[in-house]
Amino acid sequence: MSIVVGARAHWMKNLTLRPALVAGLLIVGFWIVVALTIDVWTVYDPLKIVARKLQAPSLQHWLGTDALGRDVMTRTLYGVRYSLSISFVVVVCSVVIGSLVGALAGFFGGWTDSVLMRLVDVTLAFPPVLLAMAVAASLGPGLQNAAIAVIVVWWPVYARLMRGQVLDVISRDHIEAARAGGASSFRLLTKHILPLSWTPTIISATMDFGQVVLLAASLSFIGLGAQPPAPEWGAMISDGASHFYSWWIAFGPGMAILMLGLGFNFIGDALRDILDPREH
Amino acid sequence: MAETAPLLEARDLRVTLRNGLEIVRGVTFTAEAGKVLGIVGESGSGKSITMRAVMGLSPPGAVISGSIKLRGEELVRAPERRMRALRGSKIGMIFQDPMTALNPVITVGKLIAEAVRLHNPGMSASTARQRAVELLDLVAVPQPEIRVNQYVHEFSGGMRQRAMIAMAVANNPEVLIADEPTTALDVTVQAQILDVLKSLQDRFSMGLVLITHDLGIVAGAADDVIVMYAGKIMESGSVRDIFYRTRHPYTRGLLSCLPTIAGEQSRLEPIPGSPPLLSARPEGCPFHPRCPMARDACRTEEPVLRPVDNVLTACHFAEDLRDGGAGRVTAEAERA
Repeated sequence: MSIVVGARAHWMKNLTLRPALVAGLLIVGFWIVVALTIDVWTVYDPLKIVARKLQAPSLQHWLGTDALGRDVMTRTLYGVRYSLSISFVVVVCSVVIGSLVGALAGFFGGWTDSVLMRLVDVTLAFPPVLLAMAVAASLGPGLQNAAIAVIVVWWPVYARLMRGQVLDVISRDHIEAARAGGASSFRLLTKHILPLSWTPTIISATMDFGQVVLLAASLSFIGLGAQPPAPEWGAMISDGASHFYSWWIAFGPGMAILMLGLGFNFIGDALRDILDPREH
Repeated sequence: MAETAPLLEARDLRVTLRNGLEIVRGVTFTAEAGKVLGIVGESGSGKSITMRAVMGLSPPGAVISGSIKLRGEELVRAPERRMRALRGSKIGMIFQDPMTALNPVITVGKLIAEAVRLHNPGMSASTARQRAVELLDLVAVPQPEIRVNQYVHEFSGGMRQRAMIAMAVANNPEVLIADEPTTALDVTVQAQILDVLKSLQDRFSMGLVLITHDLGIVAGAADDVIVMYAGKIMESGSVRDIFYRTRHPYTRGLLSCLPTIAGEQSRLEPIPGSPPLLSARPEGCPFHPRCPMARDACRTEEPVLRPVDNVLTACHFAEDLRDGGAGRVTAEAERA
């Protein structure tokens, strides 16, 4: 009981001492709530033409209307669904694939390590946006393919991270002690090594949500991600770019990307401080 | 038939690392049930690597040759599956530093219960937990019911080493290998841990292999002693013979590094120099550059282990060493 209370107090302390964490949680929480409930309280339909085209922001249309006369505010709010879901899928898949590869490479060493890590090196040698573009283009435009493209670019980072961590943990005495107790390789990896290797991956993954939002939007911006008329942020900014003097078309989704990215980074920063034992 | 075979027997054991360095060079020994075999040597003498080879835990890429037999069963080149079944059940191992050799994120009870269940797959979690409590009690950890639920960081150094012993003996192993079990502990705790080890060893008539660089511990606990240097056995024999009638200048050098309790206020005599690098072993006897008795033959010809009086020794001039050279350690040996 006292442990539970202690843990709660600990978290409360973390919250009050870390305004950035609170801000991050509020921002990300806001967007999650929007994504889940927007259907219920939206004023306009994001796909319907609701007014004259290219209207500047007004009380009826807080962020104006786009080149077809759709409400930018509504489309921006709907856009978060694409960004959140693609970043979630990409980060989870990349973490799973990358951690698996990195853990196997670090644990077994030798040839396994060489082959897997050279693969990682090759992937990381490409500029990420360029590689994602190439993959997305070869798969054909579409949100799903964009997600696959970003995963292809993203997993090697986690593979490196996890390999380094596993190499660190595996050299500790208690791993040899577990081996001396008769534990199998699988058991060593799952029970003794991975539970001590997760922290950097969790931190990095949280920070990466924002990056992935950005990269996915970039693909949509150049026409390789979500296709019109989907209200995806990158695609909307692309629209805005061709109507440069109607600045509000790009302003809404641009600010949204900024907010979401900032929110994830705040959380990631705070998590690093909390989880890093050297900080205490 | 199998019962008559010696408990643990190594014959001409050699370990060669991936880079071609031979770090254990033909080691032969026998550990018997109910007895304590002390393996003494400075850092880098190959004593730990020898015992890692017995456990099948040699560094990756190392080549093992020779023979290791556990109750007649050959362990060198035994399949990994078989070794895994033996580790922790027939052979237990205790490590030097209890601060780092216990998993920090699992409670001590779970660690011990896991050690039990690994070799008793059918056992229920609650039975294993009960067994963990018994084991902690066995190694004299006070309040074992409370201690099982604690993490390693809540244990003191001595208590951690007890927990590690509990893990190692969880499945009543026949051989217990203790690699410098007291080195990381302070002196008063050292004695307690040795007591625990001795009493467990008596009770279950295990063969205990005690790796250490502390001759005082060997004097107090061991029945037989092996002195290793540069990957070879320099001398072996019963603890009395080694301490009182050593026939090797290296052993004598080690003994004169020990302070005496009753003795006169003489200066301790360190052995000059340091052990040779693995990559730059001298020709001839590996000890000759540091040996006060070294002669020409020592520089060219490597001595083989041979019986002289009551011990086996690897020295060309063993006969020239007289008794009494180790007389100054009488008090140490008698403390046992």
